[in-house]
Amino acid sequence: MQLTGAEIVVKCLQEQGVSTVFGYPGGAALYIYDEIHKAGKSLTHILSRHEQGALHAADGYARATGRPGVALVTSGPGATNAVTGLATAYMDSIPMVCISAQVPVPLIGNDAFQEVDTVGITRSCTKHNFLVRDVRDLARVLREAFYIATSGRPGPVLVDIPKDVSNTKTEYTPAAGEVSIRSYRPTAKGNQRQVRRAVEMLQAARRPLLYTGGGVILSNGWEELRRLTYALNLPITHTLMGLGAFPAKDRQFLGMLGMHGTYEANMAVSHCDLLVAVGARFDDRVTGKISAFAPHAKIIHIDVDPTSISKNVRVDLPIVGDVRLVLEQINAVIQEEKLDQQPPDRQAWWQEIEQWRKKRGLRFTQGSDVIESQYVIQSLCTLTDGQAIVATDVGQHQMWAAQFYGFQEARNWLTSGGLGTMGYGLPAAMGAQVAFPERQVVVITGDGSIQMNIQELGTCLHYRLPVKIVILNNGFLGMVRQWQELFYESRYAQTDIAVAPDFVKLAESYGALGLRTDRPDEVIPLLRQGLAHPGTVLMDFRVRRESNVYPMVPAGGALQDMLLGELL
Amino acid sequence: MKHIISVLVENESGVLSRVSGLFSARGFNIESLTVAPVGDKQTSRITLVTEGDGPIIEQILKQLNKLIPVIQVVNLSEGPHVGRELMLIKVSTDRPQQDKSVRNEIMHIVSIFRAQVVDATPTSLIIEVTGDNDKLHACLAMLEPFGVAEVVRTGQVALARGNRK
Ligand SMILES: Cc1cc2nc3c(=O)[nH]c(=O)nc-3n(C[C@H](O)[C@H](O)[C@H](O)COP(=O)(O)OP(=O)(O)OC[C@H]3O[C@@H](n4cnc5c(N)ncnc54)[C@H](O)[C@@H]3O)c2cc1C
Ligand SMILES: Cc1ncc(C[n+]2csc(CCOP(=O)(O)OP(=O)(O)O)c2C)c(N)n1
Repeated sequence: MQLTGAEIVVKCLQEQGVSTVFGYPGGAALYIYDEIHKAGKSLTHILSRHEQGALHAADGYARATGRPGVALVTSGPGATNAVTGLATAYMDSIPMVCISAQVPVPLIGNDAFQEVDTVGITRSCTKHNFLVRDVRDLARVLREAFYIATSGRPGPVLVDIPKDVSNTKTEYTPAAGEVSIRSYRPTAKGNQRQVRRAVEMLQAARRPLLYTGGGVILSNGWEELRRLTYALNLPITHTLMGLGAFPAKDRQFLGMLGMHGTYEANMAVSHCDLLVAVGARFDDRVTGKISAFAPHAKIIHIDVDPTSISKNVRVDLPIVGDVRLVLEQINAVIQEEKLDQQPPDRQAWWQEIEQWRKKRGLRFTQGSDVIESQYVIQSLCTLTDGQAIVATDVGQHQMWAAQFYGFQEARNWLTSGGLGTMGYGLPAAMGAQVAFPERQVVVITGDGSIQMNIQELGTCLHYRLPVKIVILNNGFLGMVRQWQELFYESRYAQTDIAVAPDFVKLAESYGALGLRTDRPDEVIPLLRQGLAHPGTVLMDFRVRRESNVYPMVPAGGALQDMLLGELL
Repeated sequence: MKHIISVLVENESGVLSRVSGLFSARGFNIESLTVAPVGDKQTSRITLVTEGDGPIIEQILKQLNKLIPVIQVVNLSEGPHVGRELMLIKVSTDRPQQDKSVRNEIMHIVSIFRAQVVDATPTSLIIEVTGDNDKLHACLAMLEPFGVAEVVRTGQVALARGNRK
């Protein structure tokens, strides 16, 4: 069958089971857009209001569903606007395919209109990228792009398609069989000897701790993780990226660890004798001062990416493999040897943990005058039973969301951890809402961050996406202000943003519902009203202006030297 | 310690910038890097010399392996290997006091190092010398007093000895 490059793009997307593309058109992308138009209902295109929005939406779609997100942008400024979205996904290992249009092949390198070296610019913020100079390579490249994006350690892949390639015909053969790339063969199963060794170490430990991260979510391995945690009655802590893998309400869950982790989680890390890292990468926001991190522990590290292992922290037992498969192997050994029926006595360890827990490091008091951000999030959690899909931006509100929204399920938490991209939340929520039109999708954001992609309200209205936006409005770039207060003698350099739009009117001008309150007693009624509304809602909560996120481990400090704040 | 790392890659456009970009982005140093297609021209062999302690070299090897078009990575310095480098040295011979005996002395050094004169003009000689690092340094040091105008080096290439790949 002879097809044009643009027709092949649509065919290949359909081959991959893609039903939704997020994008923004332009000259070099016109042939592809024309085919998307012709494809009609079989391929939905969501038009964002900025390419960054399209990329984050595809990213949110991927995090919520586990399927690769797909974005489409034009050449030049379209591609450069996509860069932050790619880098965000890259840092958090999110499977995504971004198709960018490029100037025609004969013009490449000539400083042509809307030309940038897209593969050059995106090389270091994608898992891999391709420039397709010959239409005969197009189908193969697109199939490889999806394979690379979704296998091993996932990540965004960019395919740059020159305009003339999208308009040239070639023979198209439907996909047959799996993609195979001789230079790329990710490990799947763990080495069985090491798996057995891991089980022995778990049995021998007096004070074991599971430290699990984004890899558990990315591998869809949370069921296996829960099985292991319950079988051996292990305490468990999550990174920011791992939230939802284990139910927050469960007694075995110690909360998040790291810079803004709970007292009990950070103390447990500092005192455990065995730390089992599962799909987590020992980020500096987690370890603090490396030499004081888990000083008494042997470390087991399960990760599909060998570069993650022994990168920051020396590991005693590495297991390279997919989290879900390795946990399956571990659980099988435990069952086979009936270890779950005679778990070692770890009363003393649990007692120690309960003592730390009693400190209640996440305490706050909601008075009658000023709204506390924590209270808004806690109320939101109660009203949604911990079951909403929650997207955030970056800052204090993000940390409070991580601390106070008790996630009960995986893939309900969309946040930019690695890059920390302000402006991520609203478009990511849109992506999730497109995937799950019937579910409650909430953005928890700050008055700074929401203004970084506020234009996406237009997209919400265009596609009737009933996203609920909760602004914790403190009139500051709060997280930066907190650092200035604590480490720069309260010199608030360029962090006061009290001059702001009227968010209620802003929402209304887009056709959304806008609500506002500054009264604690109105928090719950207003949330109720907003959550029940069938359309897009923006809720502006005027919260305490100067409030800090605690506990806090100052950058580079030891985990056990947390600052606990005014209340403790 | 210095390490010679041999990297077999798919011979496709952009692969060299992926490798060099990795080194600059992660702050690994490259002392030298050579690249050329080998065999069926489908693949290229990159030989690079880098310096770092154990954990850094381990990261370099893993990160190289992680690049999609990289087929194989070998740290040749882990075992017996043979390394060679080629150097061209231009010695200027146009100073007035220089007479025949100077040229003779240069020719003598050339023969000690089993180097060759590959070009001669009334004002200069170009000498080609091949060998390991020490030999090139020694040769250059001997020629320096005669007035070295320019030097180029290829960077090392190397192979493991015996059956090791
Ligand atoms: C303001 C701010 C404050 C922050 N504070 C904290 C904090 O207090 N605590 C905290 O934890 N984080 C915090 N972060 C986030 C932090 O920067 C990192 O993003 C986060 O800690 C990384 O999480 P992770 O280790 O789970 O790794 P991820 O980035 O989720 O990486 C996943 C790991 O799993 C591996 N993996 C992927 N897929 C698989 C698979 N299928 N099988 C096996 N392995 C796989 C990958 O190779 C990788 O090593 C903060 C971020 C911001 C912006
Ligand atoms: C794009 C981008 N620019 C700058 C920063 C640095 N930064 C981190 S948190 C923060 C303040 C965020 O303020 P706001 O959205 O109001 O949230 P708050 O901390 O007040 O909850 C800033 C500026 C960032 N993370 N991302």
